[in-house]
Amino acid sequence: MAALINVPAKARRGDVIEIRALTSHIMETGFRHTVDGKLVPRDIITSFTCRYNGAEIFRADLFPAIAANPYLSFFTVAKDSGKLEFEWVGDNGYSSTASASITVE
Amino acid sequence: MPTTRRQFLSLAGGVTAAGTIPVVTLRPLQATPAMLNHAIRNIVGEAPIRTGRVKLDIPPLVENGNVVPMTVSVTSPMTADDHVKSIHVFNEKNPQPNIGNFYLGPSSGRAQVSTRIRLADTQKVVAVARLSDDTFWQVAADVVVTLAACTEEMN
Repeated sequence: MAALINVPAKARRGDVIEIRALTSHIMETGFRHTVDGKLVPRDIITSFTCRYNGAEIFRADLFPAIAANPYLSFFTVAKDSGKLEFEWVGDNGYSSTASASITVE
Repeated sequence: MPTTRRQFLSLAGGVTAAGTIPVVTLRPLQATPAMLNHAIRNIVGEAPIRTGRVKLDIPPLVENGNVVPMTVSVTSPMTADDHVKSIHVFNEKNPQPNIGNFYLGPSSGRAQVSTRIRLADTQKVVAVARLSDDTFWQVAADVVVTLAACTEEMN
């Protein structure tokens, strides 16, 4: 699935950097009905994890009250050059990943 | 006997009033303030919750409850000894009281999280932060929602 990741390409060691991640997902709440009265089954992303060179730096549990195409912004300290990995896990076996690289000087 | 204007209006008013009451009581299942407290206690346990340190940035008036931008920040040095472990956001009147749990650590550098949420009604949003010394801090914000999320029909 399409994901939009925003990580600064370069940072100085020790800087606090903002990471923004957005993925496309319907986030169906499971509380809506079709016109003929049937409940639309829940289909949401339940968990998001961000790892920086393998170490978890941020994790979130998401609920139906998170808007469609979940967007998250959070911060981390730039420590080393390397890779940021993002993982979304959800209902019905949903799983998607994305990654970004950063150069720390 | 011809119906007078006054009779007609009182009849019409009566029908309207009778018609609106069931519509109001037939509203979908909602979280209640009791469920909100229960959800908070699930996270916090018996620990006292103090007010302060947490800041909740959310628009006070929302036109579209489907997409409400929200930022939670906590005053904290974010060192190994003194940092925010997690931030939990709750609501009062969505069908479910939870909005999100966010887990941070000393490597976060700044205790701030932004996301976009859904609000089904005009209600209170509560953010609770758990610090590394296991104290809990909270803040509440009232949001007026003109177009509700979650419960509309699908086409």
